[in-house]
Amino acid sequence: MTEKRELIRNGKRANGREDDELRPIKITVGVLDKAQGSCLLEWGKNMVLAGVYGPREVFPKRDVDARKAILVARYVMAPFSGVEGHGRAGPNRRSREISKVAGHVFENVVLTEKFPKTMIEVQMEVLQSDGGTRIAAITAGVLALADAGIPMKDLPCGSGVGTIDEDNKRMVLDLDKYEDNLGKSDIPTILSPRTGEILLYQMDGYLTKEQLLEGLDKVQSKAVPRLREEMARALKEKYGGMAENGGVEQ
Amino acid sequence: MILDEVKEKFIKGVMREGKRTDGRAFDEYRKISVDTEAFPNAEGGAWVKIGDTQVAAGIKIDLSTPFPDQPDEGMLSVNAEFSPLAHPDFYPGPPKPESIELARVVDRGIRSAESIDLKKLFVKENKVLGVFIDLYVLNHSGNLIDAAALAAMAALNKARLPKIEDDKIVYGEYTGQLPIARSVVTTTFEKIEGQIILDANDHEEVASEARFTLGTGDGDKFASAQKSGNGGFTRGEFEYLLDTALEKGRELRKLV
Repeated sequence: MTEKRELIRNGKRANGREDDELRPIKITVGVLDKAQGSCLLEWGKNMVLAGVYGPREVFPKRDVDARKAILVARYVMAPFSGVEGHGRAGPNRRSREISKVAGHVFENVVLTEKFPKTMIEVQMEVLQSDGGTRIAAITAGVLALADAGIPMKDLPCGSGVGTIDEDNKRMVLDLDKYEDNLGKSDIPTILSPRTGEILLYQMDGYLTKEQLLEGLDKVQSKAVPRLREEMARALKEKYGGMAENGGVEQ
Repeated sequence: MILDEVKEKFIKGVMREGKRTDGRAFDEYRKISVDTEAFPNAEGGAWVKIGDTQVAAGIKIDLSTPFPDQPDEGMLSVNAEFSPLAHPDFYPGPPKPESIELARVVDRGIRSAESIDLKKLFVKENKVLGVFIDLYVLNHSGNLIDAAALAAMAALNKARLPKIEDDKIVYGEYTGQLPIARSVVTTTFEKIEGQIILDANDHEEVASEARFTLGTGDGDKFASAQKSGNGGFTRGEFEYLLDTALEKGRELRKLV
């Protein structure tokens, strides 16, 4: 149950952020030993752990593709991740839809044709949630793929964007849980920074064409550059010394 | 699988020449029919055909317990069944991601546009009416989302409110129409060889790189959006989708 609280106070977002301001983001790659690649991503109060296994043998075997690797994406929220009561463990309809569209994002950039007859798994566990978990999870998934050394064309990223005022007019970036639940619209958006293409786009709300374009431009101009910076920093932290070190991880 | 590869190559070849295999224009829908008399036992129903695609929507309205965070509002539930009789690749079993996605995209449009006035479905404390929409895919010849959204909306616009006596539904007796504020429909685009087409048939879907569904409602507004498939859409393509969805949405809403 979401308690009623105001989203805008004295003309500003009640959470203190500017309209185009993202929450603090902290990314660490290579946090798990068994997974080929992994990433712990904290985005505001969201905390997501992603791990990548593969390319490895396909299971179940009938899913094998002779032309390319199959990509399996799994997004799940932990039963203790919300501020509300105990959730149900395992996937539900919402998380299965998110797993599907997350898989589309990874498939867009991973060079799956380099690994025919194999499977690449991206496991995303939401350990703490505060709105915008699918974006955080997919970002973590992308970085876990990079950490696993899986060749990719790009590092997709993005943010939620939507209206939080009573008039359904004011577009803000990166809605938190209260803005998402009590606001008027939310559009999780992920772009390919290299091509500018939309890779994930889902919308809840009742908006005009101009508002949808304004939202897209905000994600493109404000969220993507910031995310690129954070993602590059996280990868350099682990791999930056390799060039000077004969290609050996430090 | 081999057949799909052959099919994909053929369709892409035709698309590169600026044509579609069935001769339609890129933004042309197949013939659409909507029958809202099909299921008299349901509170509302519709049997929609888009070309050879057939989807039935049935609505049942039942007494239920409200969600704790919306104690004074009725409930809406949308479910999709991809019946094994609809396509050789459909098998019985738990719902696949495609059917979950379809149901949730249709649900988001109806919910976001506030098509149903859920406040009017309050009965008494802890008792509200629930609107259960079941979408049955009967023949999959492509563009299931648009057919399902159209069927759901046509059924909603015809749905009757059951009579309630002593906290029980009196089956077969009605007190009026389900209060509908506005209609929403969806327009689904597929991208093949860099070309964007509307209302793809099932063969074209096999060759598709990416999909975009846009829900539109009265007042030329967007009520839902869902990008699907592995490919992407540029900003320029996105603008084309928005304009075309508004235009086609106006025509489609006349059918419901």
